Amino acid sequence: MNFLVLVKQVPDTEKVKIDPNTGTLIREGLDITMNPLDAHALELAVSLKEKFGGRVTVLSMGPMNTVDVLRNAIALGADRAILLSDAALAGSDTWATSLALAKTIQELSIQYDLLICGEKSTDGETGQVGIELATLLNLPVISYVSELIEIGRDFVLVRRSVEDAHEIWKAPLPVCLCVLKSVAEPRLPTLSGKKKAMDAKIEIYNVKDIKIDPEEVGLKGSPTRVVKVFNAKVSRNCTIYMDKDVPEGINRLVELIRRTLAGEPV
Amino acid sequence: MILVLNNRVDRNSFELLSKARKLADKASMKLAFLLISNSKKNVEELTRFGPDVVILALHERFERFSLDPFLSTSKKILEKHSPSIVLAPATTFGRTLMPALAASFRTGLTADCTELDVDEKGNLLQTRPAIGGNVMATIVTPFHRPQMATVRPGVFEIEEHEKRDTIFIEEPVENPEDRCQLVRVEPKQAGAKLEEAKIIVSVGKGLRKKENVELAFRLASLVKGAVGASRAVVDARWLSHDHQVGLSGKTVKPKIYIAAGISGAVQHLAGMQTSEIVVAINKDRHAPIFKVADIGIVADASWALSELIRRLERDDDGSRQ
Repeated sequence: MNFLVLVKQVPDTEKVKIDPNTGTLIREGLDITMNPLDAHALELAVSLKEKFGGRVTVLSMGPMNTVDVLRNAIALGADRAILLSDAALAGSDTWATSLALAKTIQELSIQYDLLICGEKSTDGETGQVGIELATLLNLPVISYVSELIEIGRDFVLVRRSVEDAHEIWKAPLPVCLCVLKSVAEPRLPTLSGKKKAMDAKIEIYNVKDIKIDPEEVGLKGSPTRVVKVFNAKVSRNCTIYMDKDVPEGINRLVELIRRTLAGEPV
Repeated sequence: MILVLNNRVDRNSFELLSKARKLADKASMKLAFLLISNSKKNVEELTRFGPDVVILALHERFERFSLDPFLSTSKKILEKHSPSIVLAPATTFGRTLMPALAASFRTGLTADCTELDVDEKGNLLQTRPAIGGNVMATIVTPFHRPQMATVRPGVFEIEEHEKRDTIFIEEPVENPEDRCQLVRVEPKQAGAKLEEAKIIVSVGKGLRKKENVELAFRLASLVKGAVGASRAVVDARWLSHDHQVGLSGKTVKPKIYIAAGISGAVQHLAGMQTSEIVVAINKDRHAPIFKVADIGIVADASWALSELIRRLERDDDGSRQ
């Protein structure tokens, strides 16, 4: 059984900066980490490999410092790590990213029964790349997977969590699963895992290696353009009740609740 | 043509149609609604929100969403009607189908928009929170059609539109193929109904311990409201994800939003800032939540909730006498 996990490097969203000209993230000089949801996807793959055998490949597209994130993936149990990195890819939107990843999978003939991705990244929060990629690869997709119930030679049985219900789906292999946190709880890297990661070779490819037309990816190849970035303006004039005024604040709130319950204007 | 796409006639459909009607008028475009479903129950209700056309694609397969049959069907209908803008709610339905559709048409897709507009050239201006809600970004798709966006539920007002002669078209659906098979459906218990509550008592880690969450439930039941939560509370498993308000949770706009022990990370603010009245209760006078509140009470959140319960329980007794 072979597993392919998409991994994204994300910045610490608390301290990010954006390029005012392009509206895209300035990734340089930021602490980066593996997108937290991808860690759950990776853990699912590694735990299945440990049970049923096979190989776990992690694939990422991003700047060169993504190597650190991929090394961490190896420490956590991945067997092979592939990075697609090229200046021509900078500024890719979800379409251009999906296209580049699809070409990489095809060009390198990466084998997989399950393509697993986290629900979304903590920076872009689009949750689109996994599904767009699967569509380009003509794979069936089950999204919002909360639990993998059973995996057989040619099928997988999963629980899917949507607004009104849990659904149990049976899908053929290969399949793309977009998973929620609950599929697996990520482990901490072991000392031997860390050692293995230190010696591991991270395969790095550029657009030429993968025969990607640079016009088709990056900002140029992206159908969407960020035209404006602005600060979300949220502020109200707050009446503060503190110290000895706290009871007055509670009174006001009680009165507000009473009026609202009575359907009176507030 | 602006096309709104959904798998049921629900409030998400009404919100999207209400907003899209304004965009269509501004850009002199037609407005269509595409319903892919197993039944045409309530379709007449759609006419209140002003679509020029309602396209129905009906098949028993469409009772529950599955990507294969929904993708093949919607793709065919979009090819036929070639809308220049396609909108769907950012629900599990829209967030699964739309990326697949966008990839099929090799076009752009903007996720989870909170504001939409059109310019004079018919470009859709898609605005969404970016980078963990730190900023808002406006995105366009200048050279590809259709322009596609998923829209966050609960953001746009439902507004009825004057009646017009809506045309109903039923598109034939041939038995659509599905590589996946639905084995079983287990309905979820009715949740907190956050989106519909008039009063929301939302809790953060400032409640100090899990047991104190019970206070929020007692207060919520007294005021016939619902319990919301910050992400930190959900991550700590004090409450399930159904309760989470914010960028990666729900967007709510109750009459009164009580933020108890929530410091007010931008991600949280993204989900509650359209509430009518925001009341913040926090020990830290400098917590960012006070900047977006109308009433700020600087006090221990658990104590304040107990106090509110005590006062309102007295009301309750009074009314029963």
